[in-house]
This record gives sequence, C-alpha cells and structure tokens, in this order.
Amino acid sequence: MTASLSRRDQPNPRKSFPTHILVFLAPAVLVYGLFMIYPLFDSLRLGFFAQVTRGVEQFVGFDNYVTLMTDDAILQPRLLNALKNSFLFFAVNMLVQNPIALMLAAVISTKTRGGLLYRILIFSPAILSLAIAGFVWRLVLSPLWGIVYDMLKALGLEAYAQPWLGLESTALITLALISAWQFLGIPMMLYYATLISIPNDLYEAAYVDGATDWLVFWRIKLPLLMPMVGIISLLTYIGNFNAFDVIFALKGADAGPNYATDTMMTFFYRTFFGSGFQKADPHMGAAVAGTMFVILMAGVLIYFFIQRRIKSYEF
Amino acid sequence: MTTKTLRIAFVLLIASVIALPIGSALAQDDGVTLIIESWRVDDADEWNDVILPAFEAHYPNISVDFQPTINTQYGATLGTKMEAGTAGDLIMVEPFDYRLEMYLNGDLANLNDLAGLENFSAGALSAWSTDDGELFGVPLAAVIHGFMYNADIFAELGLEEPATAQEFLDLLDAVKQDGQYVPLAMGTSDGFVPGLLGLQLAGQPFWRGEEGRLALIDGSGKFTDQGYIDAWAFLAAWADYMPDGYQAVSYPDMQNLFTLGGSAVYPAGSWEISIFNQLVGDDFAIGAFPPPVPEDGADCFINDHMDMGMAMNADTQHPEEAQLFLEWLGSAEFAELWNNALPGFFAMSNHLVEASDPMVQEYAGWRANCGSSPRNAYAIISRGEPNTDSELIRVTQLVMNGEMSPEEAGETVQAGLASWYEPQMGE
Repeated sequence: MTASLSRRDQPNPRKSFPTHILVFLAPAVLVYGLFMIYPLFDSLRLGFFAQVTRGVEQFVGFDNYVTLMTDDAILQPRLLNALKNSFLFFAVNMLVQNPIALMLAAVISTKTRGGLLYRILIFSPAILSLAIAGFVWRLVLSPLWGIVYDMLKALGLEAYAQPWLGLESTALITLALISAWQFLGIPMMLYYATLISIPNDLYEAAYVDGATDWLVFWRIKLPLLMPMVGIISLLTYIGNFNAFDVIFALKGADAGPNYATDTMMTFFYRTFFGSGFQKADPHMGAAVAGTMFVILMAGVLIYFFIQRRIKSYEF
Repeated sequence: MTTKTLRIAFVLLIASVIALPIGSALAQDDGVTLIIESWRVDDADEWNDVILPAFEAHYPNISVDFQPTINTQYGATLGTKMEAGTAGDLIMVEPFDYRLEMYLNGDLANLNDLAGLENFSAGALSAWSTDDGELFGVPLAAVIHGFMYNADIFAELGLEEPATAQEFLDLLDAVKQDGQYVPLAMGTSDGFVPGLLGLQLAGQPFWRGEEGRLALIDGSGKFTDQGYIDAWAFLAAWADYMPDGYQAVSYPDMQNLFTLGGSAVYPAGSWEISIFNQLVGDDFAIGAFPPPVPEDGADCFINDHMDMGMAMNADTQHPEEAQLFLEWLGSAEFAELWNNALPGFFAMSNHLVEASDPMVQEYAGWRANCGSSPRNAYAIISRGEPNTDSELIRVTQLVMNGEMSPEEAGETVQAGLASWYEPQMGE
C-alpha cells in the first residue's frame, strides 16, 4: 500500500504544494492552538513572572519555583503533601480500577447471558455528573442515614463502621474508590473492544491443542491486550493525577480534614484563585501548574519508553 | 411546497431569535441598569421581589439587577471579573480584610463622601474601612450566633437553658443518658462548622469577645492564653454528644438532623432562623440561648458579626445612580424591608426596627446584655500566611475530632501568627 503510493508520487517530484492539506488541517490547528497550545504556554510563561503592582509584571526567572520548593513554612510541606496524595489517588485507581475493568471485560466478552445489560449498567455511572455521583455516595456513606451502616449491622460487622469520608486516615482512599467506581466503565469498554477484535482462530487453535480457558486468557488474551493496558495506564495516570472534581465536590477547596485530601489540583486551585483570606496568586499558581506539567510529562515519557518494548501483534 | 414553507419558517425563527435581544435592549435604552454582584444566591427572591422594587419605585429611571454567584466561588469569580473589567456596578463585599486589597488596588471606589453615613455606628463602618479610615463599603447586615434547641425535647426531659459551660455539658449528658435523641446536632466534616459554629460561636465568652480580639491584634494576647485553651477544651468535650461518626457529618446533615426533631441542641447562626421556620413549621417549638459562660456570674459575649457590605465598582459607568442606591441602603425604609424580608440578617443602620419574628427578637435581644464582637481573626491577623482564620478552622476541626490537644492547637496557631505578624513576634 505504502509502496504503491510512493511510486506514484515519484514521477512528479515538482508537484505543486498540497494546499488542500493545509485547508483540511486549518480548523483543528487553529482551534487546538488557540484554546490548548497558546493557554498552555501562556500559563507556563505566567509562572516565570511576578506581579509588581496591579497590571505590571516582572520577569523573575525560576524564583516562583524556588519559593514553591524551598519555603518550608507553608508552600513546600503543602506541595509535598499534595504530591503524595495525588500519587496515592492515582495508585488506588490504577490498582483497583484497571484489574477489575480487565476482569469484567474478559467475563463479558465471553458469551455471557445478559452481556449487553451488564455493559450498560457498568458504564452508566461514567455518564453521571460527578456532583450527582458524589452526592449519592455521601448519602450512602453518611453516618446518620447511610445504608452502608445498616448493611454492616445486618452482617454483624458494625464494629467496622467508620465515618470514612471524615477521617484523615481514610478520606482520600474513599474518594479515590468513589472515582474508581464511577469511571470503571471506560477502561472496561476499551478492554472489551480490544478483546472482541481478537480473531477466534487463535482461541480455536489453542483449544484444539488442549489449552484451558485459564491458559487462553494468560497466554493469548493478556499478551494481545498489553498495548491497551499501556494506553489505559497512561490515561489513568493523566486523569487521576489531575483529580479535582470529586474532591472539590465532596470536601471543598480546602480539602479537609487537615489537608488530608489535598491533591495537586486543589492545591493549585487555592493558590491560583485564593480561598478564604488566602490571596489569589496567579503567578505562584502557574508555578504549581508548571510543576504538574513536568510531572505529567515525565510520566508520558516513561510510557513511550515502555511502550516501545511492548510487542504489538498484527492479525 | 412544504419544504419551502419550512424554510421560510426557519428563517423567520432565526430572525426573531436574533432580533429579540436587540429589541429588548432598545426598549431599555432611556433608563440606567445597575448590576449587583453578590454571593447570596439564597436571597435572590427577596432582593428581586421586595427590596429592589421599593428602590425602583423611588427612581423609575434606574433598574437594578441582582446577579449572585454561588458563595464558594464568589471570590474567584469576582477577582476574574474585576481583572477583565466585566464586574457589576455594585459589589457586595465581605467584611474586614476580605476585599481590602481590592480597594487598595483601585477596584472599589472611596465612599467617605457618601450622604447618609451618619446612620451607621463607627464600629459598623470600621468593618469596611482601611486602617487609615478610608471607607469602601456601606454596612448591609450582621448575623448573630447562638444555640437553638428543641423546646419539646427540653420539656419532655425537664431540661432548662444552660448558663454556664458546665451546665451545658450536663444538659447534653442528660439527653445522652435518656438515649432517645442525639444531644448535639453537629458534625465536623465541613471545616467552617467547627471553625464558625464551634469556636467562634462558643469561644467568645472565653476570650471575652472584643477585649480578646483586640488584644490579639495589638500583641498583648496570645492563642496560648488560658481562655483559648479552655475554649478548645470545651469544644473537645462535645465529641461525646455529637452523633456517631460526626467526623463525616456535613452541614446539611446536621441541619436535617435538628429540623427532623432528632436532636436537642443545635449551634446556629441567625441566618438559619428563616430556613428553620420553614422546615420545622409547627412540628416542634424552637428556643434559643446565647453561648454559655465559663463560670457562674461571668460576663456574656456573643459573636455579632458584620457579614455583608455593599461597595461600588470604581469603573462603573453610572457612579451617580450607584451612589443613590448606596445612600438608600442607610434609610429607615431599607432597614424595615430588609429585617422583615430576611429575618436573621440584621440591618446595621441606627433606625429602630421592630422585627415581627420572635426568634429574631430573641437573638437581637442578647445585644442588650452581652458584649458583641465579630469573628476574631477577620481583621488584620489573617493578612499573612499561614493565615490565622484558616489555621483556626483547621486546628479546631482536629481538636473536635480528638486528634489534637487544646494546648497543641494554641501553640500551632500562635507559632503561625508569630512567624509573620510583627506585634506578636516578641523580642
């Protein structure tokens, strides 16, 4: 295919510039450039400036970043706390959501009765607004009227009932699990789509050779799924390292108790926009955003490095 | 035929949609429209139906548009609008240092020459003045904090309003022993609840209200003083009487618990009077008492907090009309309308207004016997980082959750304040 195309191009090397390509590219490039690329670079620029007086900015180099990372009274402990919480939030999603999504996809992709119904049910929370999902979970887990406590009582486990959303030790993990529950459907559907695109011949050949279902999963399905596992891990990383809405909806911008649910995004929000008596500081906020950008970029680079080593199979 | 008709209908529809706003804009061309920025989404009906029509009746050529933003995003939204030059003509402002910077930046107009300021006390005006006495806001309303109780439960269990902290704890204990009701409808999940409805409500008598607040500002008082430690110790003792799992009980949860009749005592702000009147109706009788004092015979102090002021955008196109509105806020007519439309928010002008609601009268009545003081970290001592108001919220939540001792709380807040506030730095 590629070979035939290039051969056809060769006889006419001085062909006029392909203007139509520019026309086709223009809308996407303009919109993306104006609303994504330009703001991204402008916010990075903002981090290298400081406000002198109103409307007057001064270039300060890496001063904001240095302050952010060395001010051991407030900023540095908050930054480290937020970093730790962001990674924890990602880790919970990665270790809980992905395996469960893969498992469910593997089950549903076999000819299960009611497979369509399960797909719809499991995917449906993902289209709910997070405000609603958060509100429902807050009711379910409410110590006053939550059904979780009645269920635990019915099982004789009331000793394990805790106000999970209110305790420093459990609040963040609870929020991460709520988020994992809500968006479980998305990785599940991606795994499902990959699984049903694997040709049946491979399974049939394996079964003829006497392989069990278990063996087919580990030796055939999983290796063929590896590129998708990589992509989903990357999406989980980007999506959850930036976690904001579930925390803002349930715990507010101050991410209590005692900043136990403070992630990079809530930290950024408070710094950039201010909160209570804390003054808005767009320049320091941009420095926080710049730090996040570097961390996310590092993650993406690691992914590209690993991705090259994952074998892709053509079928 | 049909497609042609459809097409014509479609074009007409589009044309009318485009023409509509133009038409209405032309219709209003001869008058002036003032826009109010506010965080009081809850009061939009009262503003639009009662207060603004009364003003517009005096000045038919001015119409006023109340455009509130949800309160948690007010600061961020207002800052962005100011920066972009799209903010309204009249800006509702929180007291003290909240919007001081905005005035110093030149976003808000100076109001020292406004007519009608003699209707306000110096104390009320001070909440919207710079340290040098430049005024940037007209006082709108104050709120008062105190406890509400379910009078039916009190009657059933033979309980009386407590006067001292010990009596308060004994009372909660009696409800707990009885076992039918949650003694105190309160939860610490939302940070402002322990901060505002715990510390600022019940702590005032311990630091003697205004006396303690001013001592912190001039450096003669410290958060490690016995009064503050005792206040936190008092709050820590409430843990036994709040509902199980109170660490995850939110503000709406505790309101529901009380209004559904499930608990005896509720730490309230006067802004809840109208909400509770509606929710409770005739289900049970509500009573109220001011914060209990540390020991028998000690003076009574309440948190009587300047809550809302009204400022003028320095860049407004209609400064004369905006000033007319601000002057009207000091009138007796406004005070009367306000106090009856929004029971529990107290207009701050000196006009004597009889409120019709008995609970409002009860709350306002405390002013006669008790010292009044605003929230103790709103002026001056929250200008630096770590800011004292946030720190008080954070440590009080920890104290009430049993994760920090009162002494540790005092030391933490004091160390934070002393790290940047000169009068507190010592030698």
